Amino acid sequence: MIATEVLVVGGGLAGSVAALSAAREGARVTLVSKSESTLKQASGLVDVLGRVDGDLVADPFAAIDDLPDEHPYSVVGTDALREGLALFDDVTGDRYRGGDRNALVPTTQGTVKPTLRYPASVAPGVAGDGRETLLVGISTDPDFDAKRAAESLDATVPGDVRGVTVRFPRLRDDAKRTRHAKLLAEDEAFRDALVEKIAPKVEGADRVGFPAVFGEDPAFVRDELEARFDAAGEPVSVFEVPTGPPSIPGTRLRNLLRHELEAAGVELVTGVPVVDFEADGERVESVVVDRNGARVPYAPEQVVLATGGLVGEGIDSERDRVYEPVFDLHVPHPEDRYDWSEEPAFGEHAFARFGVRIDADGRALDAEGSVAYENLRAAGAVVGGADTAMQKAASGVSLATGWRAGTRAATAVNQT
Amino acid sequence: MSTDNEDDFEPIQVFPEGDADLRPGADSCYKCSTCDSSCPVAEVDDEFPGPKFQGPEQWRLTRKEDQEIDDSIMKCSNCMRCDGACPSDVPLSQMHNTARAQYVEESMSKLSVEYWRNRLLANYGTMARFGSMFPRLTNAVMGNSLVQAVNDQFLGITSEREFPAFATETFREWWAARGGAAVKSEDRRVAYFHGDYANYNTPEVGKAMVRVFEHFGYEVAVPEQRCSGTPMFANGMLDDARRAARFNVETFADLVDDGYDVVCSCTSCSMALRQEYPELFDFADTERVSAHTYDAVEYLRIHEDLDGELAAVDDVDAPDFAYHAPCHARNQGLDGQTTAVLSNLDDVDAHDVGESCSGISGTYGWKSENYDTSMAIGEEMFEHMDEAEPETGLTECPTCAMQMEHGSGSPVKHTLQVIEAALTDRSLPA
Ligand SMILES: Cc1cc2nc3c(=O)[nH]c(=O)nc-3n(C[C@H](O)[C@H](O)[C@H](O)COP(=O)(O)OP(=O)(O)OC[C@H]3O[C@@H](n4cnc5c(N)ncnc54)[C@H](O)[C@@H]3O)c2cc1C
Ligand code: SF4
Ligand code: SF4
Repeated sequence: MIATEVLVVGGGLAGSVAALSAAREGARVTLVSKSESTLKQASGLVDVLGRVDGDLVADPFAAIDDLPDEHPYSVVGTDALREGLALFDDVTGDRYRGGDRNALVPTTQGTVKPTLRYPASVAPGVAGDGRETLLVGISTDPDFDAKRAAESLDATVPGDVRGVTVRFPRLRDDAKRTRHAKLLAEDEAFRDALVEKIAPKVEGADRVGFPAVFGEDPAFVRDELEARFDAAGEPVSVFEVPTGPPSIPGTRLRNLLRHELEAAGVELVTGVPVVDFEADGERVESVVVDRNGARVPYAPEQVVLATGGLVGEGIDSERDRVYEPVFDLHVPHPEDRYDWSEEPAFGEHAFARFGVRIDADGRALDAEGSVAYENLRAAGAVVGGADTAMQKAASGVSLATGWRAGTRAATAVNQT
Repeated sequence: MSTDNEDDFEPIQVFPEGDADLRPGADSCYKCSTCDSSCPVAEVDDEFPGPKFQGPEQWRLTRKEDQEIDDSIMKCSNCMRCDGACPSDVPLSQMHNTARAQYVEESMSKLSVEYWRNRLLANYGTMARFGSMFPRLTNAVMGNSLVQAVNDQFLGITSEREFPAFATETFREWWAARGGAAVKSEDRRVAYFHGDYANYNTPEVGKAMVRVFEHFGYEVAVPEQRCSGTPMFANGMLDDARRAARFNVETFADLVDDGYDVVCSCTSCSMALRQEYPELFDFADTERVSAHTYDAVEYLRIHEDLDGELAAVDDVDAPDFAYHAPCHARNQGLDGQTTAVLSNLDDVDAHDVGESCSGISGTYGWKSENYDTSMAIGEEMFEHMDEAEPETGLTECPTCAMQMEHGSGSPVKHTLQVIEAALTDRSLPA
């Protein structure tokens, strides 16, 4: 068996934060992840608490007190969220912005989203200061209709918003966003040609927003584009509008976390799933990874489960049951599947709250509410009790529970 | 190329139920494009529509009549990054392998230079078998710039690269000369799948593998074997691959029966035995051999206290390394292994040069038309190697090693050679 101190299962935001916080406490950590985390699809924004009971939240920390007892924030506590955010801020440095209050970030759909941390490249686009905005869509990217998005934003935020769609020079019709990003980052002639096309349409706007295709180093691309707009007599701030999947800001965040994990000495095991485990009743003794057909056993002292929710495949369902597929942990759900969801699309769906329940220490609980295995913790979307998509709290819950699980696992290791 | 009748087959027959096997995979694609954003070829090549198109979309298109496989499938390098990216378990590389085979079968002229060039590259082992009979002569001829220019002009094999030199003594010759296994054991037994490259070109890797395992008391078997099939999958030569795979499965299944596990020193070989064989073929023992196949270092970590033994070594005659994890190592969850294992050695540091694909992908970067793309993909790795302090490269994949040497000028070693140096007190061969 391959020995390790803390084994983290799942390489999304929660698993990365758990692994990183455990490693920083001195534990030897292995992180196993079946496939890319949903960060490559997610916007790269860190939502902490944007809506409660349908109302927009300005100060998430104040609003946490109003959450029900089974909400993960209530369970692990505000201090875990603060610590998780501090870790995030430390990792991202000047690449991210945001304080204690939510900002409203425009989306490609023409809505604004309450979020606590956002990429620095997104910051000049934040709604609310009344500046005039031009949104630029790429004709070959069907996911961002700049004119429609601008119309809808114009109706809701202070300050004029207009939209134009341009054809990016020299690109095939179905070019990937990664291809746009590479050209913007590396090809000066491409940037020249692009600004030449857009400059006549600025017409005095204060800022110009592009879909988020600024590549690995968005600060560089922003500087370059701003200098060209300047030279064309149209001084503007340039910013990115977070897109749906595939997401370049999400990919950047994933890369940042990965580098940080490597620097902290975490062993990364990617592309292979955890499929099995053995326990002696009290403790998880071993965990089996399926490496393309061969079963490879690990013997960890502590385990953190961070396999995601219904999207990340951490929670699965059949016609009559909802379950956690790796350790078969208890997932509370109504007996009758007709009670899993509500009639209206944005109703109080039970399925949205499906997930493993944990204690204040991050340990997974069984059906009776006792600790299932003393060395097994859970973090992120696999933890239930809140509709984090509706509450705009997904990343915050991953930070809070990931930090809690990772540090407590390391403490347990250090005590033995 | 020999074709005995019983082996003749249509690629489409790979699946007993025709093509039904791939439908669940195609259906579970929800078009999130994560695979596209992970594809190193799509990032640098405008002409390549990416894995989502090559896999589920093309599969659906070709269900309709009169729809041929798009020729862009030949631009896929078979790095298998898309496999690891997909959150929905779509078997992308399996789809690409089948589409490529279908393309070669139905749309590629068997008289074309491209077809024969690909076949030549895919059957590297055959070439190497002859080449290594007269290694010095072959090395001299292949290194000749006139020959290289002719290859480039008429065969489409780039003259930018130097052919890997053939060893003057193959691994198997060395093995026979030393009289086979030096350690006998009833309960510690491994069968070594060395592949063509360690045999003909880098026997020192094979020797390192043998010495390390014997150090731990293993009886090593080195059965007859053929190419793993990786270059054949990548060139759509599924019938060549099938012949080789069947031979390997049968041979190694017998050894598994005798209590051996299979170990590989090349990550593309272990990938082929573990994943591609079961995905593409259904010989009797394919799954069993797959389940008993391991990467050599991984195997020692599971069964021995490799970490502990390395930590106890206090003087190693080896430099620091710039490590590149091959794509096929990533896909098997071996990406962090080398740096983690070598971190036990106080004297040696293996510095990871990042996630970028090396760009050569087996035979891909040897083709004249792919050379520039291949170097564009590898650029990030070259840059990181430049920035890294260590002068010596480290990787488990022989073609990645070629690309690293080609792009950086640094010599490149294999992880097993470092472990050998540490455990058996040898110095790294130059
Ligand atoms: C399309 C999309 C958009 C989003 N947008 C936002 C947003 O705007 N703001 C925001 O705050 N959040 C957003 N999120 C949510 C956020 O990105 C994370 O999904 C959330 O924080 C949950 O993270 P996680 O780490 O728990 O799970 P995930 O990110 O889902 O990670 C789960 C990981 O576990 C792995 N895994 C699963 N099973 C196994 C197994 N058996 N063995 C090994 N590994 C396994 C998976 O491969 C994956 O790497 C979005 C998510 C999606 C999908
Ligand atoms: S990553 Fe998987 S689900 Fe997403 S587009 Fe590619 S094949 Fe489809
Ligand atoms: S195997 Fe590699 S080159 Fe081919 S489509 Fe997938 S990611 Fe791209």
